[in-house]
Amino acid sequence: MRLGPGMRQTNAVGAVIEVRNLHKRYGQTVAVDDVSFEVREGEIFGILGRNGAGKTTTVECVEGLRAADQGEISVLGLDPRRDRAELTQALGVQLQESQLPDRLKVGEALDLYSSFYRDPADWRELLEVLGLADKAGTAFRKLSGGQKQRLSIALALVGNPRVAVLDELTTGLDPQARRDTWELIESVRDRGVTIVLVSHFMEEAERLCDRVALIDKGKVVAIDTPAALAERAETEQRIQFRPSAPFEDTLLTSLPSVTGLTRRGEMVVVTGDSDALLEVITTLSAHAIKPRQLRVDQGNLEDAFLELTGGHAEGEVAAR
Amino acid sequence: MTATSAQPAAPARPARRSPLAQLTRVELTLFLRERVGPIWGVGFPVLLLVIFGAIPAFRKVLPGSGGLTVLDSYLPILVVISLALLCLISLPLTIVNYRERGVLRRLRTTPAGPLRVLGAQLIVNFGMAIVTLVVLEVVARLAYGVAFPAQLGGWAVTVLFASAALLGMGLFVAAVGPTARASAAIGNLVFYPMMFFGGLWLPIPQMPTLLQHIAHATPLGAAWEAFQQSDLGHWPPPLALITMAAWAVAFGAGAVRFFRWE
Repeated sequence: MRLGPGMRQTNAVGAVIEVRNLHKRYGQTVAVDDVSFEVREGEIFGILGRNGAGKTTTVECVEGLRAADQGEISVLGLDPRRDRAELTQALGVQLQESQLPDRLKVGEALDLYSSFYRDPADWRELLEVLGLADKAGTAFRKLSGGQKQRLSIALALVGNPRVAVLDELTTGLDPQARRDTWELIESVRDRGVTIVLVSHFMEEAERLCDRVALIDKGKVVAIDTPAALAERAETEQRIQFRPSAPFEDTLLTSLPSVTGLTRRGEMVVVTGDSDALLEVITTLSAHAIKPRQLRVDQGNLEDAFLELTGGHAEGEVAAR
Repeated sequence: MTATSAQPAAPARPARRSPLAQLTRVELTLFLRERVGPIWGVGFPVLLLVIFGAIPAFRKVLPGSGGLTVLDSYLPILVVISLALLCLISLPLTIVNYRERGVLRRLRTTPAGPLRVLGAQLIVNFGMAIVTLVVLEVVARLAYGVAFPAQLGGWAVTVLFASAALLGMGLFVAAVGPTARASAAIGNLVFYPMMFFGGLWLPIPQMPTLLQHIAHATPLGAAWEAFQQSDLGHWPPPLALITMAAWAVAFGAGAVRFFRWE
């Protein structure tokens, strides 16, 4: 069960990043313990896991910042350590918590970084896209957290990369800035850039990623689409509503798909398997009862994550 | 691949700019904007010169010096202070700050690499040191009639050797300093004893013999001696140049050995 079905279906064609049996330890601590995955051209690939699960170490090996102890890594057919010069031309990297000199201005930073690349993007256009056009003359220290983050993304993209690795992209952003950033990432992908997104934030992955790798304790526990992963965890549906007329519990508990019923004031909460919703609605309407304020909760990526990683107690999965 | 590169209307791309030249330009701009370097490395030694020059006692001829005034003998000390401030305080502070803030780490992910920003920092600080030395010599000449170094070639060679020794030490401080604050502390800890042996408070010839021997073995003491000899029209003593070269090699190698990008 270590490799999801997506893994085996993938062939080498269209894979821009291939990681095979990656191992990395720091002293006695095993940070990455046999990680394998492939990233296909043009997709947004999520690497998800708790803090300390080995996500950042994995991408640092992909970026060539760290040498793997064992395993093979190929990015666009290049070896991240041996072919650094070529790789850095084609791989844009947004690092966690990487700042710029306080007094460096936004425009100066982009102009400088664009001079590093053979075929840089037009950084003025990039600022436009990122909503920083009026900040070109602003010093780094005068930027808000969201603006710094967007500048960091701009620096990752200024070299016109084919692949961009974005690490904990929206950490510390307010909800509005977070949504804006998500839209931005989608527009970057639409330009044809393959994106690797490192996150511990499940909602972000659910919204953005075509496929995700769940990493726990240095191992890949599953690779699949967010929807397929959520489906695995979909053991139970919770159906909540306020009935328009009173009814006996047995009306619904007698249904084969229903496993439980509780009442909270006027609200009724029914639990059951995937057929429960249809049976409950059909039964209620047959008795001319309307389910008002109807809400159905299904398994999501977070549930899948907890289930696949055994839901061990330490630490929060998703920082909300 | 991206919309930008696909635009057929893009005008002929300007000739590719050198990353090192661009980094140097930006580092120079930041150096000036930061103000610490210009005020301490450039302004402070020039201010000291103006103050010393205004003291009448400094115009007196130093006995047994071959006709030099006190101010004449202080000029090499000021030159040495300026070099030391830029190399031991300004340079490590910037580099450690860059490491702390992840600037070096980010550069590692680009084709430019972090080595070039170190190169740019060395060029900027060395360049500012040259500017300061020239300003010091010119102000001393115009305002106080202090002669230019009689052996200009020897003076220039001394500048090179002294800069190499001090830049090596500055890089070493940057390599071992865990934080910007700590490296500033280390820089100061090195700076003041070095300034003492460079003769800031007590000119080397007036020191007790033992201290004179120690002074000649320090980079600033050796630099002072070489500058002094150049002022008098002699080539710097080989031993002084060798001393400075040894400091440059030892600390340069130590910096390379211990330097961390992160």
